[in-house]
Amino acid sequence: MLKQIEGSRGVAEAVALCRPEVICAYPISPQTHIVEALSSLVKSGELAPCEFVNVESEFAAMSVAIGASATGARSYTATASQGLLYMAEPLYNASGLGLPIVMTVANRAIGAPINIWNDHSDSMSQRDSGWIQLYAETNQEALDLHIQAFRIAEELSLPVMVCMDGFVLTHAVERVDVPSAEQVDAFLPPYEPRQLLDPDDPISIGAMVGPDAFTEVRYLAHDKQMQALELIPAVAAGFRVAFGRESGGLVRPYRCEDAETIVVALGSVLGTIKDTVDELRDEGVKIGALGLTSFRPFPLDAVRTALAGARRVVVLERALAVGIGGIVAANVRMALSGISLHGYTVIAGLGGRAITKASLRRLFADAVADRLEPLTFLDLNRELVERELQRTRATRRSGPAAENLLRDLGAVGSRIG
Amino acid sequence: MTQQRVRFYQIGSYAAGNRLLDPDQGSVQADAQRTNSLNSGHRACQGCGEALGARYALDAVMRATGNQMVAVNATGCLEVFSTPYPETAWQVPWLHSLFGNAPAVATGVAAALKAKGRTGVRVVGQGGDGGTVDIGLACLSGMFERNDDVLYICYDNGGYMNTGVQRSGATPHAAATTTTPAVGPEPGNNFGQGKSLPLIAMAHRIPYVATATVADLRDLEYKAKRAMEFRGARYLHVLVPCPLGWRTASNQTIQIARLATETGIFPVFEAEDGEVVGVSKIRRRRPVSDYLEPQGRYAHLFGAAPREDVIARIQAEADRNVRSFGLVDPRCRSMEG
Amino acid sequence: MSEASKHGPLPFAITLDVGSSLANKTGSWRTEVPAYVDRLPPCNDACPAGENIQQWLHHAEEAGYEAAWRQIMADNPFPAIMGRVCYRPCETACNRATLDEAVGINSVERFLGDEAIKQGWTVPVEAEPTGKQVLVVGAGPSGLAVAYHLTLLGHQVTVRDSCPEAGGMMRYGIPAYRLPRDVVDAEVQRIVDLGVRLELGTTVTDLEVALSSFDAVFLAVGAHVGRRADIPAGDSAHILDAVSVLAGLEEGEQPLLGRRVAVYGGGNTALDVARTARRLGATDAVVVYRRTRDRMPAHDLEVKEALEEGIRMRWLSTIAYAGAGQIKIEKMKLDETGFPQPTGEFEELAADSVVLALGQLSDLTLVENLEDVTIADGVVQVGKDLMTGHPGLFAGGDMVPSDRTVTVAIGHGKKAARSIDAWLRGTADERAARHELATYDRLNTWYYADAPATVRPRLDLARRITTFDEVTGGLDASTALFEARRCLSCGNCLECDNCFSVCPDNAVIKLGQGRYEIDLDFCKGCGLCAAECPSGAIEMFPERL
Repeated sequence: MLKQIEGSRGVAEAVALCRPEVICAYPISPQTHIVEALSSLVKSGELAPCEFVNVESEFAAMSVAIGASATGARSYTATASQGLLYMAEPLYNASGLGLPIVMTVANRAIGAPINIWNDHSDSMSQRDSGWIQLYAETNQEALDLHIQAFRIAEELSLPVMVCMDGFVLTHAVERVDVPSAEQVDAFLPPYEPRQLLDPDDPISIGAMVGPDAFTEVRYLAHDKQMQALELIPAVAAGFRVAFGRESGGLVRPYRCEDAETIVVALGSVLGTIKDTVDELRDEGVKIGALGLTSFRPFPLDAVRTALAGARRVVVLERALAVGIGGIVAANVRMALSGISLHGYTVIAGLGGRAITKASLRRLFADAVADRLEPLTFLDLNRELVERELQRTRATRRSGPAAENLLRDLGAVGSRIG
Repeated sequence: MTQQRVRFYQIGSYAAGNRLLDPDQGSVQADAQRTNSLNSGHRACQGCGEALGARYALDAVMRATGNQMVAVNATGCLEVFSTPYPETAWQVPWLHSLFGNAPAVATGVAAALKAKGRTGVRVVGQGGDGGTVDIGLACLSGMFERNDDVLYICYDNGGYMNTGVQRSGATPHAAATTTTPAVGPEPGNNFGQGKSLPLIAMAHRIPYVATATVADLRDLEYKAKRAMEFRGARYLHVLVPCPLGWRTASNQTIQIARLATETGIFPVFEAEDGEVVGVSKIRRRRPVSDYLEPQGRYAHLFGAAPREDVIARIQAEADRNVRSFGLVDPRCRSMEG
Repeated sequence: MSEASKHGPLPFAITLDVGSSLANKTGSWRTEVPAYVDRLPPCNDACPAGENIQQWLHHAEEAGYEAAWRQIMADNPFPAIMGRVCYRPCETACNRATLDEAVGINSVERFLGDEAIKQGWTVPVEAEPTGKQVLVVGAGPSGLAVAYHLTLLGHQVTVRDSCPEAGGMMRYGIPAYRLPRDVVDAEVQRIVDLGVRLELGTTVTDLEVALSSFDAVFLAVGAHVGRRADIPAGDSAHILDAVSVLAGLEEGEQPLLGRRVAVYGGGNTALDVARTARRLGATDAVVVYRRTRDRMPAHDLEVKEALEEGIRMRWLSTIAYAGAGQIKIEKMKLDETGFPQPTGEFEELAADSVVLALGQLSDLTLVENLEDVTIADGVVQVGKDLMTGHPGLFAGGDMVPSDRTVTVAIGHGKKAARSIDAWLRGTADERAARHELATYDRLNTWYYADAPATVRPRLDLARRITTFDEVTGGLDASTALFEARRCLSCGNCLECDNCFSVCPDNAVIKLGQGRYEIDLDFCKGCGLCAAECPSGAIEMFPERL
């Protein structure tokens, strides 16, 4: 059924269609609209049988999900930013225990400085947590990925994080196709846990493992993600058959055939990138885009295949590995091992800064002309940072750089002087 | 005390069993068919109070629930000594997640059971004092405040024993640990008497809060059973002496716990909806030095330069407990008795 | 994976099947190993009759009164008498006395004895007849006890006594208000009914003849001769001896004591005769004793009861002169050795009669002519087996060196019976070594519920001083049960399940029927089972490599 609704609402409805049995949540922007909607569905009884637990922290949220999942309940939560970091410990635990929890991450920057706006710093920081990470390009895909995520998670007994750009998607009202309960029921079988806390068949979950078997345990965890490389496209294919649309999968090439320049990115920015690619194609530039839907597991082969014919690759990412640069770029480079092409890393859209078509046009033009630095910060206010750098060189004073920058911008100048 | 005490003149109800009573009046532990929730082969130290307390409590819960119980365990001694791959000593469904999240995991289990309509299966969360009063406090308080259907049991041995006897929020005043060594003008732990989580739990007005020790099996079992008669959040705080951390002989574990109650240092009581409804009276009151002196962690208070001032302060603390909980039975023997 | 598991393959290493820890045999950690021990309870240790008190209390605790009675009967054929006249060394030794008050062992024993009489319980003779003949001289407690035990062992026993009734001092020495005669009759009759030949009113005069016609002889002639003292006395002084007074009373005589009676001596007999005098109408009965109360050989309870009955005591006093209607008393004082010394201070005391209760002597004329029998200090010397120097001639009771109590005499009977049986069979009577004593410090008294002793009912004072009705009443079934259950079971397992419960390693196996076993595969040797055993029946021993 087509609906004109907010992205968060779409996700909430998709999650509800998956018949979750335990939902736990702690409020943090920009994820709140999802769990608010779900809370209402549970409270009204529409979602019965389902328990909604208002926890006291994200740490607890993930912990509740762990307990619920181990007891055989389909479990869901959502978070963002600081909240994701606060649940880092149980995050690793959930994947280590192999519990098929599904979680939405409404991507948002991490402080300090505190910033509630979108980038990928949060989920990227947890890329090695053992969770599968899927990134949605649109609200429709966000909705669809949640349905696929439960299927993938439960088949592999691994948790899945569905990442969607905070505000950009979560708060955007768009038309989405919300499938029927029958469709989802047919696609997503009931949860059959691989291990279960059951008084009639007791087992001990969560043993201490020493050097004698720890490597093997980690190897098996890695192998599970390698299995996901096959399962994720298979589920996406199944989804296409069942629901009649493309969603999910490992990577999504856009106009990459014969492309000399390919822009790699994740999430909603792909829409702007594709528009820009279309414009540049119209102008005769051989450029394409490669969307990564699955970042964990990282689809090395698919990326390599997609990029093998290009002359240059621009990885545009909404997170920064401070001290080195790109996170996605490093992974892409792994896929291109042995292939000689120009590679550019572009850090863009941090802390909610808009990525405009105009900026992308300039960026891609520079790239095509090979005028780009290996690491570029899109739309960086170079004058501002230079001034701050000069000042710190001069005074070597300590204190938060952010405040100084804001003062320079005049934002707090009137108050701080 | 609302509990039905079986008074019996020979060994009465103090010992685990009594050949002169019907078997159903014996303790759960006296039953040859008891669950042994924590089985032989675990790697706890000799004379471990926590191993004992955990089996006492969980076997009692198993009896009370007709073996329909799931346990969630915080990281700590109990977890480490019970489940080193490839061996588990648990005979009940058991889940270990992290150090600080056992109450929340237990909430998740309870929520799942409710969603699945399996409300006949009951949930126990458990951990040591570090996992409970320190790192797990937020989760525990959250669980209490939501009144989730979980019995949480804290096995309190007053320190981080698993990591090598460091100070926890439950470490009592003056006790020496590896992070509060017995040196300087204020040797040992320098503040308080250990965080009283039972009182904190009561402040949440949850249906049931109780304290117990491994020295009074019947009382502990009664409280575990009583706890299972309530729905909602319940808290049981069990004093479990640690021969390693308290530096006592392995055969003194129960005796030391008994002294903790008989001196008034550890009040044994139960509370419903935040109000104390029962107190275990002291049978033979003893001065606190009787409790402190056998323990190596208090050795610096005795010996060549005894710290009468510190002992007096601990005595005052015990006296306060006696007063505020009404611990002294009018028929009780004197301090010297 | 355990057989019971229903699940599929579990995640490697992280998730484990129950029961797997049993592969880790923690018994290898052990440096000490617990073991169940049997220690000698102080009551058993103290019992002159060698009763296994704790064992019969154990039966009584379960209301197994007949089993309890049979356990007593294995050592002592007079439970009803014991329950009245024994001076209870068991209760003096009882560890419970340190905790609160001693277990009323004696009162339970009396209940059992009375119950046996009421129910008509008897002991069967199960041994094959040996064809051996044994003569017992004296039908007192030791003589009857030896007859009882030897009969059960298959020997034919003949008991001869010069008195018209059996019982010895139980009948002729102890007043009826302490030991009713129907009780004596019943317990003696039960022995006679086993097939003992009782020949009363028969005085044995020639031991040589007896020794030749019997395979063994046991002498138990008692000590029935009152010790005389040379008291300066006027012609009209009325001086009697206590033994004769008590015996005469039993034979129907009414001794002429007068209204004011002075009894001279400090033993139980002195009190018996004083209390008897009171019952015979004396308004003033005074016991004159040369030392202090705490040095008095009489049992404290007897002193207490005598005082209750209005008997007066003159401590530190000797009778210097007995005249008509009055006596002169000299005050004494104790020297540094505790011996009384005269002070030269005198006092007059009204007394219509003086009864001497200064001890009893044995009439040993029967053995005086036997060369190989040694007499010293007025008693016959015997070996550990109670045999005199003459082969086949044994002796016991008051006529051999020992405390002169009924209980000791009964103990002699049991011991002599074993020795005689061994001698008749040509074997040695070898007893197992005694176990180590179960001392109070080995107990963990925490586990015992507080329970004060049961007070036995007693006759009201008015009737006590006017009749010979029994002063002390018995327990009923419920109070006897209560009292039996006060036993701490010192040194022996009382099946409290503590060891089974307090083991942190589940290394105590409960086998049922009061049996437990240490599981050495898992016992780490922490010692909690031993520390928390209420009765001290577990001990830790160094582990051997």
